[in-house]
Formats: sequence, C-alpha cells, structure tokens
Amino acid sequence: MNAVVNYFKSLTLWELVKGMRLTGSYLFDRKITVQYPEEKTPQSPRFRGLHALRRYPNGEERCIACKLCEAVCPALAITIESEAREDGTRRTTKYEIDLTKCIFCGFCEESCPVDSIVETRHFEYHGEKRGDLLMTKEQLLANAEHFEAQIAADRASEARYR
Amino acid sequence: MWANVVPFIEAQLGFLPAPLVTLAVIVMKIVVILVPLMLGVAYLTFAERKVIGYIQVRIGPNRVGPRGWLQPIADAIKLLCKEVVVPTGANRFLFLLAPILALGPALAAWAVVPFGAELVLADINAGLLYILALTSLGVYGIIVAGWASNSKYAFLGAMRSAAQIVSYEIAMGFALVGVLVAAGSLNLGDIVEAQRGPYSVVNWFWVPLLPLFLIYFISGVAETNRAPFDVSEGESEIVAGFHVEYAGMAFALFFLAEYANMILVSGLAAVLFLGGWLSPLPGVPDGIHWFLAKTSLFLFLFLWFRATFPRYRYDQIMRLGWKVFLPITIVWIVVVSALVVWQIPPWFAAT
Repeated sequence: MNAVVNYFKSLTLWELVKGMRLTGSYLFDRKITVQYPEEKTPQSPRFRGLHALRRYPNGEERCIACKLCEAVCPALAITIESEAREDGTRRTTKYEIDLTKCIFCGFCEESCPVDSIVETRHFEYHGEKRGDLLMTKEQLLANAEHFEAQIAADRASEARYR
Repeated sequence: MWANVVPFIEAQLGFLPAPLVTLAVIVMKIVVILVPLMLGVAYLTFAERKVIGYIQVRIGPNRVGPRGWLQPIADAIKLLCKEVVVPTGANRFLFLLAPILALGPALAAWAVVPFGAELVLADINAGLLYILALTSLGVYGIIVAGWASNSKYAFLGAMRSAAQIVSYEIAMGFALVGVLVAAGSLNLGDIVEAQRGPYSVVNWFWVPLLPLFLIYFISGVAETNRAPFDVSEGESEIVAGFHVEYAGMAFALFFLAEYANMILVSGLAAVLFLGGWLSPLPGVPDGIHWFLAKTSLFLFLFLWFRATFPRYRYDQIMRLGWKVFLPITIVWIVVVSALVVWQIPPWFAAT
C-alpha cells in the first residue's frame, strides 16, 4: 500500500518541488561572501602566520638555542646551529625556517621557553623565486621588529590562558 | 512595425538582382536572430554563475566590469586567445569537425522558432519535424568528439551521452506528438495560434497536456546534458566527459552549443506549451516580449535544477526514460486524442 502511495507521490514530483523550494529560499538569503582584499575575516590573537624571532626590550636576542623547536617541529622545517658567545652565553649562529615545509602547527611557538620564536598574524606574503620562502635568522629578527607591537599585545591578551 | 522593415530593406537593395536581394534579406534575418542569441548565450553563462552563486549564498562573479557584467566578454576573449590543442592519436579532421557538428544544429533549429506573430525566419509547415530532426543531429557532435579525442574519458562520456540522448528523444518525440495532436498542425506558428482562447493562460496547452509538458521539459534537460542529467560530462567521474581533450575556441563551441540548446529547449517549451507570444493577461497586447519572458522562465528553471538536484545515476536515467516517461507519454497521447475527438472545451471546442 505504501509503495503504491509513494509511486503516485513520485509522479507529482512533490519531493523535487520540496528541494527546489529549499534552494529557492536560499536565493534570497543574505550572502556570506567576504570580498577578500577589501574585506577581511576577523583574526584570532592566536593566529598562526609568518614566523618571527623576538628580542628582549633591551635588544638582546631571546633565543638561547635550546633547539626545542627544532626537535618538536613535525615537518623538520627548522634548522639551528649554535655556539658560545664571548660572554659565555649560548646563542644561535643560524636559525632558518623553511616556510615551504612549515605546516603552521604552532608547536615551535608552544615549545619555546623564552617566547622567542612566535607566529605573527601576518599571512599575506609570497616568494618570487626559489629560496625566497627560506626565512633566515636576519629575516626572522626583522619580522619580529616589524610586528613587535602586535606580537606583544597578543601575548599579553592571551597570557592568562597559557 | 515589423512588417514594414523587410519591404523597406528590399527597396533599398533594389539595384541588385532579385535573387541576391532575397539572399541578402535572409542573411540579415539570420544575423538578427543569431547575434542576440549569441549574446543571450554569453549572458546565460553569467546568469548561471550568478543564480547558482546566490542559491549557494555566494555573490558570484562581480569583479570584471560593473557588478561583473563584462565577465562573459572576458571569458570569451580568454577562450579565443587560448591554443586549440589536438591530442596525439586524435583524428584531427573529426576532432575539429565535432564542435561544429554540435553547434550547427543548435543554431539552425532557430530558423523555425516563431518569436512573434510574423516574426519567424522560415514559416514552414513541417516546423516541428524540422526541430526534431535537428535536435537529434546534435548528438553526432558529442559522439564524434568523444570518439575522435582518442581518450577513455571522452569516449565514456560520448557513449553515455549517446544512450541518454537517444532514450530521451523518444519520450520527447512522444510529448511533441501530443502537442501536434492537440494543435492539429506541425507549423509552430499555428501551434501557438491553436492555444489562443478566451481564458488565455488556461487555454494554453500546458493544462490539457500537463504530463507531456513536464516530460517534455525534463527530457529537454536530459537532451541538453544539463544537471541532473549531466552524466556525459560527469566531472566527478569522468573528468569532463566528451570534451576533456578540447581547449580554447573548440571547447567554447561546445559550450555555446550547450547553452544555445538550453535556450532552444526553453523557447520551444514556451511555444509549444505556454502559448509562445500570446499574452497571459486579458487586454494586454501579445508580442515578442511574452515569448522572451516565458523562455527566460524556463532558462531560470534550468539553472535552478542545476543548483538543486544531484546527478542521476546512469541506470536511474535509463529507468526514468524508458520505464516512466515513455509509458506516460503514450497513455497521455491517447487521452489527448480522446479530448480532441470529443471536442472537450475549453481547449478543443468545435469552432
């Protein structure tokens, strides 16, 4: 009996009309498109974008070459070499992040005991030739200098969750 | 107004020999039909992207020109500038012939479509037969394209498409038989005139021929290989079906053919079932704008279908065509014949 009812119901195209009514209502719905270069979606203070290697306010490098980030990096994107400075402290001589390998998981940032390596909110960058996306220590330090205000503000606002 | 244009042009061309004048007038008529048709095709692609975008709660193309209105022009220029790659191992002659075979019938069929009371290129008495013949020819473009590409995806697409189009042609043909039983004529202009009556909308054939009307339009969607019957393209299964190997202008011709066919099917649905250029409101004059409005309505349905329904499975397509549409059309032809024989008002009242 049910099969007979369903057979005649299918002949009325009722289910198709129902589907079209649904899509038809979306035709007049508010559109959710974000017109990217002009409009942007909101960003979290924990956004994981371009990396930066920070300094202390007195200008000293934070990084103590503990290599925790290098060890934790799941993509093996970080390469660190270090030696002792004249004052006896250990510092990096080479700190490179290959952004073509990096998966932006944020483990380096989390593992860092001195808040040195961080990920900034900046994500709109590009490389034009091979090697452009291999960030050297100088570039990473420069990034930190450029975004320090934002980085510090984000660390401060998230401090109580860390 | 329209009636005066042709004699005026003929008078202007009076210095030419008579056969040349006739030829020139026909060529002009063809241009007057095809140029708006091509523009319509271009902006149908734009409308499709906009409508589907809106249904998916997006905005759709809006970067090229004000609100995206130059998008189809940009697309056309892009396709024109691209190289037409002929694959190694492809049959070069057939490969390049196929898009023309697909587009030719889609355009030629417009010769008999009446846009208004006197607005028709070829007012022939076998109009419906001519339409049936030409829409059947369109499938050769697809089969030849799939075969000449020498690619398994293209070949699979062509096979699916051939089976599908041939199956639905039968249901579509029977739906048209119902129309010509009701109208008593194969001439498309006469078919529209047969729908004229005191109750306007109710007098049109879509009421007495409702099942045939639905079957005609659904078959039309299948004939044009549009979603949900787009197994011949089936981009998630066989890449792009019969036109995988095509690029540039050769691909654009297939695209034009598909959209020209969509407009044709919509226009025919308007002529055969919705009274063509007849006005739906009593007291409002008839005219070409009614034909265009009805055609647009069907075109919108095409886009709406595509935005709503998932693709049919191949065996379901065959089942629908052979086991559902075909019996219904045959039964309804008998019903229509009965209505005509017993002169049931308001559609078939004795005059």
